[in-house]
Amino acid sequence: MSDVADRVRKIVVEHLNVDAEKVVEKASFIDDLGADSLDQVELVMAFEEEFSVEIPDDAAEQIQTFGDAVSFLTKAVG
Amino acid sequence: MFDLTGKRALVTGASGGIGREIAKALAAAGAIVALSGTRVGALEDTAKEIGKDSPILPCNLSKLDDVDKLVPSAEAAMGGIDILVNNAGMTRDNLFMRMKDEEWDEVIAVNLTAAFHLNRAVLRSMMKQRFGRIIGISSVVGVMGNPGQGNYAASKAGLIGMNKALAHEVASRGITVNSIAPGFIASAMTDELNDKQREAILGTIPANRLGTAQEIAGCAVFLASDAAGYITGHTLNVNGGMAMI
Repeated sequence: MSDVADRVRKIVVEHLNVDAEKVVEKASFIDDLGADSLDQVELVMAFEEEFSVEIPDDAAEQIQTFGDAVSFLTKAVG
Repeated sequence: MFDLTGKRALVTGASGGIGREIAKALAAAGAIVALSGTRVGALEDTAKEIGKDSPILPCNLSKLDDVDKLVPSAEAAMGGIDILVNNAGMTRDNLFMRMKDEEWDEVIAVNLTAAFHLNRAVLRSMMKQRFGRIIGISSVVGVMGNPGQGNYAASKAGLIGMNKALAHEVASRGITVNSIAPGFIASAMTDELNDKQREAILGTIPANRLGTAQEIAGCAVFLASDAAGYITGHTLNVNGGMAMI
């Protein structure tokens, strides 16, 4: 597991108060992890802060699953 | 319960009238208050009356570029924002049939669009700190309508609706969003009314007097305080009984 994935998982677990085992590649923040739309905005804010990147709104909308977040952020910090 | 020690507030339109009293009252309750407005001299006077360090942040709310710099400047000056009071407002009265597009646009821009931008700008840090108080100064005119003020009424009713929608969105994050709708408040403008006009107005007010800016400021302190933590999406009508709704 990459460093990026670990950092993303930590944020998701803390923010959504879910078990780390549930935060798998295909896990949808809203459908599987109990997030609402505002949680999703807050997750993106937290990602931006953790990785010191800016995530534009249209990109943020594409980040629906844990895997989406990891691959976006891997590229962004790459 | 009404103590605001350690809280950081930004008040627009703090150069005069109701805004100045709101700024003074928040400061008296313990808050640090950043003062925004167009007239720097008047803002400095407000700061002097407050008597403690109050950042002065001149801003023309009809220019969105300026508006978008206001929250970052206030956050830089105070280390964050806990309380936002959208008080600034303007009128460009005209009968509906004669109202020009510019008169409509200008009032909507300052009274409503600027408040939208400022609300949006404070959300990020308020969501993160799980605390925030947003207060919009609306008007009885936004609730009841008034001839010659179609633009103003629309902007002030818009503020109430916008704040209610936002209140829904952020209530779970410890942020309350409320409005205050003052009735007739004594000001430089009401001083100019002649006796006949004054009498006509007072005839519609059960309290039989104009309100004071302090009476609006007190409501703002209340809504900003812990005492009002469970009030959100509300409109406080402060009008001497003129409209009991």
